[in-house]
Amino acid sequence: MNRYTRRTLALEAGLILAAAVFMVPFVVLISVALRDTNAPIGFLGFTWPLNFGNLAIAWTESAMGASLINSAVITITSVVLIILLSSMAAYTITRRTARWSRGVFYLFLAGFLFPGQLAMVPLYLSFAQAGLVGSPIPVILINVAGFLPFAIFLYSAFLRDLPKDYEEAAALDGARPSRAFAVIVFPLLRPVTGTIAILCALSVWNDFFTPLLYLSGGSSATAPLSVFKFVGLYGAQWHLVFSALIISVLPILAAYFIMQRFIIRGFASGLKG
Amino acid sequence: MSGAVPSTPVVHKGMPRSKRGAAGSRAPIWFIAPALTAYAAIVLVPNFQGLGFSVTDWDGFGRDWSLVGFDNFAGLVGDRNTLRAVGNTILLTAIVTVGQNLVGLLLALGLHSQVKSRYVLRLVFFLPVVLTPIVAGFLWKYLLAPTGTVNQVLEAIGLGALQQNWLGDPDIAIYSICVAIIWQGAGYSMVIYLAGLQGVPEDTLEAAALDGAGPIRRTVSVVIPLINGAIVVNVLLTLISGLKQFDTVFAMTEGGPSGSTETMATIVYKTAFTLLEYPTALAQGVVLTVIVGVLAFAQYRLTQRKALA
Repeated sequence: MNRYTRRTLALEAGLILAAAVFMVPFVVLISVALRDTNAPIGFLGFTWPLNFGNLAIAWTESAMGASLINSAVITITSVVLIILLSSMAAYTITRRTARWSRGVFYLFLAGFLFPGQLAMVPLYLSFAQAGLVGSPIPVILINVAGFLPFAIFLYSAFLRDLPKDYEEAAALDGARPSRAFAVIVFPLLRPVTGTIAILCALSVWNDFFTPLLYLSGGSSATAPLSVFKFVGLYGAQWHLVFSALIISVLPILAAYFIMQRFIIRGFASGLKG
Repeated sequence: MSGAVPSTPVVHKGMPRSKRGAAGSRAPIWFIAPALTAYAAIVLVPNFQGLGFSVTDWDGFGRDWSLVGFDNFAGLVGDRNTLRAVGNTILLTAIVTVGQNLVGLLLALGLHSQVKSRYVLRLVFFLPVVLTPIVAGFLWKYLLAPTGTVNQVLEAIGLGALQQNWLGDPDIAIYSICVAIIWQGAGYSMVIYLAGLQGVPEDTLEAAALDGAGPIRRTVSVVIPLINGAIVVNVLLTLISGLKQFDTVFAMTEGGPSGSTETMATIVYKTAFTLLEYPTALAQGVVLTVIVGVLAFAQYRLTQRKALA
């Protein structure tokens, strides 16, 4: 059963064919982005020589540089806050045995039940009243609060099985509980922290809806929102649109190819949450 | 086992348990405060506000509002746009759930083999998953445009008769969107199925092979029942994300042509922020929340059982 048979070869050929079909949209993305608008269009839209000038035009016209920085700031801040808040909460929830700690755990879990569309209007009006529409703060807060149930669930599952011996030893040595958490427990949570960081970072970076609501008018648009605005302005000029698309996803693609093993594992293990 | 030991720790389903040192944990209670505050302010309170105001005629600005009971919901029942959005959402969710799971499962079965290029292929099939959904949406908008890649390819291979206005024809636009969503999500289902397949014992398959079961028979009768857990998780994940679908639809058609691809998520957004009809938007939001909430609850119960097993 573990040999490479003729049947395996046929399977391999079929899968490679499927992969080629899967890749066509990416090939077209590159071919259109690098198209010379005056040249005849060849196979899958390629023109020769490739015209990298489109990328430069799109970069300037879409002001994507600033948007990438906004996206990075929002993503990093959100992920740091998610990890900080959820690991601390999960630690106390799992280590305390009183009945209320179980209640708090289930209260957070209830967050899985809300898709967000119902809270959208009251939340928007509250943020508008506070004068925060146009600022990244609502986007960060909404991302953080939205991911807390997921992150607390994953951390709790891990903490349940984590022996208490280290923190108890630290307590005997006179470490305050908060210090024991920071120095002893938190580093032991690294595998979960990695999974949460990857899944949250990707979702926050790719999120379109929250920035659409809060950042459409302001100057702090994220990369996906800038893509949307750019398409609104240059919709018919696909070579520029696709150049902008490529620029906006370059950071994700770079991260994917550098950390693909961790990212795929994160997706496969995070689902338990 | 002579007599039940009374002090046996009771393990509650899904709850954090603590067996040792029950009395002495000094984990600081204030550790919960920041998370709880953020969660209450951003998730709990606004959802209950929304629920409360959904039975009023509150316009979002004034202080005056009165209870109107279920009038807002009754209005939805008679509203063609809402009904069509609900219908579209169910159709889209059904197609994507079946399609994405089928493709994901086939890819996983194919890659869970001796195929030499399996690691590279896994990387390829998963790549669309990390792509920004709105970017994938615009990419497919081009591919499916009247003079786009799909029609060009059909022309080139002599199937020009099959060319369609994939996103401009109200009868087929929603199916075209489903294809884009499945393309983007299949890799996600695939890695979950691959994780499930890791747990299928090799000797069970060998036993089935010795009993004369061919590859298809082995897959259907042995493998599928054994990856039941992964199937449940995948189906629920795709169901929930289908019901909440916004980005891809918004990028590809913005709900058009003439409302034929409007979903629950796009219509709540438009009702609230284009039409500024808050009471209607809140009622629509309640409907969506109830549907998603029930499914998410089912998902939690099922994955919880799996995680404890």
